[in-house]
Amino acid sequence: MQTAILGGKTLTLDADGNLADRNEWNEEIAREIAAIEGIPELTTQHWAVINFMRSVFDKEGDSPSIRRLTKESGVDTKTLYQLFPKGPAKKAARIAGLPKPKGCI
Amino acid sequence: MANTPTQPIEKVSIIVSHGSLEGVYPGLIMANGARMEGIEASLFFTFFGLDAVIKKRMDNLKVATVGNPGMHMPTLLGAIPGMSAFATSMMKKEMEKIDIPPVGEFLTMIHDSGAEIYACKATVDMFHLKPDDFCPEVDGVISVGQFYEKAAGGQIIFT
Repeated sequence: MQTAILGGKTLTLDADGNLADRNEWNEEIAREIAAIEGIPELTTQHWAVINFMRSVFDKEGDSPSIRRLTKESGVDTKTLYQLFPKGPAKKAARIAGLPKPKGCI
Repeated sequence: MANTPTQPIEKVSIIVSHGSLEGVYPGLIMANGARMEGIEASLFFTFFGLDAVIKKRMDNLKVATVGNPGMHMPTLLGAIPGMSAFATSMMKKEMEKIDIPPVGEFLTMIHDSGAEIYACKATVDMFHLKPDDFCPEVDGVISVGQFYEKAAGGQIIFT
C-alpha cells in the first residue's frame, strides 16, 4: 500500500496514487498535491473546478466528464487545459482528493 | 519477454477515413481521450472522413444500416427508407446520455484542448472543396507528406 505525508499526516493512496479516502482531504492537502503536480498556486478558477468535481462525486460516485465540467463549472475547455496542464480530468481529480475518473469523455 | 521499461505514449496522430457516424466517432473519442491524458494529439480527415469537418455535413452523419454486420440487421431491413435515420437518432440519444457531444461541438472541444485538425489535400482536390466549406477548427489542408512530418516521433492510428 502506498502512503504519502500530506497535511502533516501519513495518508493511504490508491493504486493510481490518488487519496484512498476522500474524507481525509482538505484544502491544505489540495495545495500540497497541486505543488507536487507542478501547479504552484491554486487560483479561484482552480478551486471552482475542484469544488465542482467534489460536489458531483459526492452525489454521483464518479467525477464529471470534461464536457460537463466545462458546461457547469463555468471554466471553458481552453482554460481548463491551462489550469491543469498534462491531463486536466486526471490532475484535477487527484488534487480534489478523488479517484481517477472512470469515463472516456 | 525482454524486460524493457514501457515508454508512455506522448503523441498520437489519428487518421479518420470513414464518413459514417460510427466511422467518425472512434477517432474523435481517441483524440479527446489522448488530450485528457496529456498526450499530444492531431486528427487528419481523409476521403469520406472529411464529412466530419465540412460545416454542412458534420452534424448530419448517419449510421450505416446496410453492409454493417455490427448492426445485426438483415440487409433488406436496413435498406428500408428512414431506417438509417432512425438508427442514427437512437444512437445519438444514447451518446448524449454518456456525454458524447455532437460532432461539431466535439471538434470544438478537441481543438480547444490543444489538438490540431487537418484535412487531406488529395481529398479536397478530388471533391473540389473550398476553405469556406470547412469548420473553423480546421488548422489546414495538408498533403500526406506533411502529415508524416507532423506525425514524426508519435504513434499513427488509422480509423
